[in-house]
Amino acid sequence: MVERIIVYGLIDGGIYALLAVGFTLIFGVARIINLAHTAFYMLAAYLILTFANSLGLPLVLSVILSIIAVTIVGVFSYKLVIDPVRGHETTILIVTIALAMVIQETIANPSIGYGGGFQGVPSLISGYTKILGTKVLYQQILTFGVVLIILLGTWALLMKTRLGIAIRSTAQDREVANLMGINVTRTGMITMAISVALAAIAGALVAPLQVLGPHMWMHPLVMVLAVVVLGGLGSIKGSLLGAFILGFAETMVVVLVPTGAYLKGAVALAVMLVVILIRPQGLFGISFEEER
Amino acid sequence: MSIISAYLRRGYRGLKGEVLVLPSRTIVLLFCLTLFLLPLITAHPYYLRILIMASIFALFAASWDLLSGFTGQISFGHALFFGVAAYTSALLNLNIGLPPWLTIPLGALAAVLAGLVIGVPCLRLRGAYLALATLAFPLILTGVVFVIPDITGGELGVSGIDRLSSSRVTEYYIAVAVMVTLGFVMWKITDSNTGIIFHAIREDELTARASGINTTRYKLLAFCLSGLFAGVAGGLYVHFMRIAGPSTLELILSFQVIIWAIFGGVATIYGPIAGAFILVLLMEFLTVAPEIRMLLFAIIVLLVLLFMPQGLTTWVRDKIEKVCPRCKLRNIATRKSCRVCTADLD
Repeated sequence: MVERIIVYGLIDGGIYALLAVGFTLIFGVARIINLAHTAFYMLAAYLILTFANSLGLPLVLSVILSIIAVTIVGVFSYKLVIDPVRGHETTILIVTIALAMVIQETIANPSIGYGGGFQGVPSLISGYTKILGTKVLYQQILTFGVVLIILLGTWALLMKTRLGIAIRSTAQDREVANLMGINVTRTGMITMAISVALAAIAGALVAPLQVLGPHMWMHPLVMVLAVVVLGGLGSIKGSLLGAFILGFAETMVVVLVPTGAYLKGAVALAVMLVVILIRPQGLFGISFEEER
Repeated sequence: MSIISAYLRRGYRGLKGEVLVLPSRTIVLLFCLTLFLLPLITAHPYYLRILIMASIFALFAASWDLLSGFTGQISFGHALFFGVAAYTSALLNLNIGLPPWLTIPLGALAAVLAGLVIGVPCLRLRGAYLALATLAFPLILTGVVFVIPDITGGELGVSGIDRLSSSRVTEYYIAVAVMVTLGFVMWKITDSNTGIIFHAIREDELTARASGINTTRYKLLAFCLSGLFAGVAGGLYVHFMRIAGPSTLELILSFQVIIWAIFGGVATIYGPIAGAFILVLLMEFLTVAPEIRMLLFAIIVLLVLLFMPQGLTTWVRDKIEKVCPRCKLRNIATRKSCRVCTADLD
């Protein structure tokens, strides 16, 4: 029981962390609530299927190709549809929803995509081992390892490189960053690319562990929104912590409560609500109180 | 006799001076007349059905506008009000046997309570935090609905509810009349002092507070009013569809109402109503290509918003009307001077 909670909690938390960090990055830099974020995650999972099955490429190659392809799609959609309406806060919401719907419907279309049915992706490495008496798939260990490496890499990128400094300063104060000679438009583009790439990596990692359906972006989207609010919008540290808190909360409900599968989203969201009622800016949120 | 003719003259003057001077108001008047006269031309159940759905959703979208467009409290979980009212009306009708004209107001009252329940804790949150916190409530309620299937019917929902009326045409008139009346009431609210305060809260809450306005109270009022109108829409929906299922609480419904409202143009009331009508009809029209219907729908919404980021009706209104620089009243675009203060319009 406890081992299952730990194993699944770590994996779910890790995936949510990847998604939430990307989401919070683009929110911080461009103040965009990208509701299409998890649609990119879904697109990556499906593209693996296309590359591996329809084009017959090797699995590793198709994983890499799908991540690259999704990143390109993400940057183009930012350039073409999100950036032009960036000034209108509410319009961004529905532009990104519409974008997610376009992706969903392209996938659910029987002639272009895969139809409404469920699909499976083969694991990169098969087999399992027993840790503390619980069956752990090698794919799950691989997923968790890659999540850790990517998160560390993102952290290093943000903290140690010039690009990272540019991204963080744009997030902190767009005008001043611009005055200091940072090209904020380009920084926004690069951040969007990083953000979508993180979502795509999460999708590629999760694809073998889940069944793929054209609505698989909904639940992670809700969870990611809950995670970033819990951790504080724009805070990477908060997103990481929030992701693992909600990942574990969700897993615990599923394992411990008999009708848990129905309640897992509800409990995770209730946890988020309790936290933001006590701390309205989330755990590590930057207070936007005086921002006008 | 002379009293009647005096009232008629006054009505005519009001019509000429207040409605016909502005093209946008004339369009609204024509639209309402068309809606009311339509059953005389065709009483085809299919057309009426679409228009009833459009009216219900238009009311729902307008209630979102009252909270999110005017007061700026973006709600991602507006389906909560719809769903709470839908389930309340359905259960009251089914278990106690109350007639629809009682269950719909009671359902709306339940939605007002829901507005209070989520409004009070959410008052401390602002901007994106508020939007994302409101998202949580309908989803939590969906979880609860699934856990107690004995009462709520679980995934299948509650069915076997009384019809609004036995004839489709009467149902149509009820839905349209309720939508037009409540739409007008909402427009009046937003045109009053309260509406100006709602605007002020959206534009700059700090300044509104500094001007001595109890913004907390007004934000709570906005939550309750919005809940009331959304609740009426939910009650109408349930008695028309005769089923209250978890789809009334779904994320997609919360997103749809945002799409209708923003597509039509926020902070106008008539914008979301127009948006809901146009998009519901468009969606029905697109059934000619069922495979790519949603895809086309999403692409059309995207393109329209790229060219008119303020929404459709706002874009059209700014083309056919201009604001007087001195008295801020709207004038038809062809006028050279303001109709009230005769200042030059440029």
